[in-house]
Amino acid sequence: MDRLTEEQAKTIANMLRKRSLWMIHYCTGCGAIELPPTMTSRYDMSRFGLAPFVTPRQSDILLVTGYVNIKTLRRIITVYEQMLDPKYVIGFGSCPINGGVYWDSYSVIKRLDRYIPVDLYIAGCMPRPEAVITAFRTLMDMIDQGKADGYKRYKRNLAYYKENQRKVLG
Amino acid sequence: MVIDKIFFTIITPIFAFAVGLSFMMIKLKVSARIERRYGPPIIQPIYNILKLLLKEENISHGVIFSLGPVIALAGSILTVLFIPYAGIKLFTGSGDLIALMYIMVIGSLGMALGAGESANPNASIGISRALTLMLGYDLPFVIIIISVVLYYHTTNLADIVAAQAHGHWTLWSLPLSAIVGFVVAYGALGEHPFDIITAPHEVATGPMVEYGGKHLGFLVINHAFHIYIEIALFVDLFLGGATNVLWFYVKMFAVFFIMMLFDEVYPRFKIDDAVRFFWKWPTIVALISLIIVLVK
Ligand code: SF4
Repeated sequence: MDRLTEEQAKTIANMLRKRSLWMIHYCTGCGAIELPPTMTSRYDMSRFGLAPFVTPRQSDILLVTGYVNIKTLRRIITVYEQMLDPKYVIGFGSCPINGGVYWDSYSVIKRLDRYIPVDLYIAGCMPRPEAVITAFRTLMDMIDQGKADGYKRYKRNLAYYKENQRKVLG
Repeated sequence: MVIDKIFFTIITPIFAFAVGLSFMMIKLKVSARIERRYGPPIIQPIYNILKLLLKEENISHGVIFSLGPVIALAGSILTVLFIPYAGIKLFTGSGDLIALMYIMVIGSLGMALGAGESANPNASIGISRALTLMLGYDLPFVIIIISVVLYYHTTNLADIVAAQAHGHWTLWSLPLSAIVGFVVAYGALGEHPFDIITAPHEVATGPMVEYGGKHLGFLVINHAFHIYIEIALFVDLFLGGATNVLWFYVKMFAVFFIMMLFDEVYPRFKIDDAVRFFWKWPTIVALISLIIVLVK
């Protein structure tokens, strides 16, 4: 039997990773209310191997469900940095994209992507469970093609992210 | 003879792991159907374990933290070797039932040791709950072991299995002990309502809170062994073991299926309620059973 090349090993690893994604949902905003129907019998996201988990160490996906306060941002960064590679971030709703209805608020950050690397956004205020599940499917395809590399970007551009975080957190 | 022993020493843990894993798979589907869901694909546990083992990063909080899952797994494999199944008896001499009771604890202690080093308060609460719960179910467990040993006049598990041949199961001769044995095995498995140790909503999976990646993979593998140990021991003690592997699997599955149904309907005990429960009804019933054995 030929030895597996590094390329093939990576493909197999990605294939396995996308079939078992454990998510930690940090319920920052109103969008979190759409997750219970997504998890339970009605939309049953466990069909795709997704499962809700409670600690950052065990999870693969960080779901930021809604607007992010400056106070919350600190916790989100802690949670993100505690997670183990490979890890993915999904921005949930229009607030993490551009501030949403809180675009001129003094205490809410506008773009989550400037503070932690976001792999995927779900637009909508708030997105329906169908949209959430579509997002998970898209993330799976991205993992399969090796495109979901937010954790690598975070390592590469650590100075940039830390600088932005310092600006708002002080 | 020696070759045989070596062969079965290798085969037995693999068999135990396969059985435990298959039960984990079936449980996912059955609980999904009870909740009227479609449920994950049936080989989801395999994906989970492989994914955890393939994590690129592993955070350790010290040597003992990393050794904890290994100790737990080693303890489980050792326990598996002591349990006779399908007429295969490894390491069975006189008194192995007593030795088994001690070895079974190694798994939990290994996990407690490792989780303790992470210095996470949730982990500490989880450990204290695990040890307290163990205190709860060990009392009735020891009493039923004593009554079974007194009934058969032997501490050799293989002899106990042999004495139950041709349908003379302990379940029929000591029904009260069998009921208590079921409750104890169920409590040791940590399913609802006894999932106090890992309660995700209270202590964030308790001892496992700091474990991720490969460590957690080992703990999931350990869980498969754990399921096998508790149920195989129950089948050996009360359902007469089995003469072939298939029949053994069927008996184990029957026990596990009943446990799954219990798991679906119960909420969660508080730790003091759980200990109070174990020290009340199972202990009283076990004592009655012991008295019946003594009087006979
Ligand atoms: S996007 Fe809409 S639903 Fe989501 S947090 Fe913002 S305001 Fe709330």
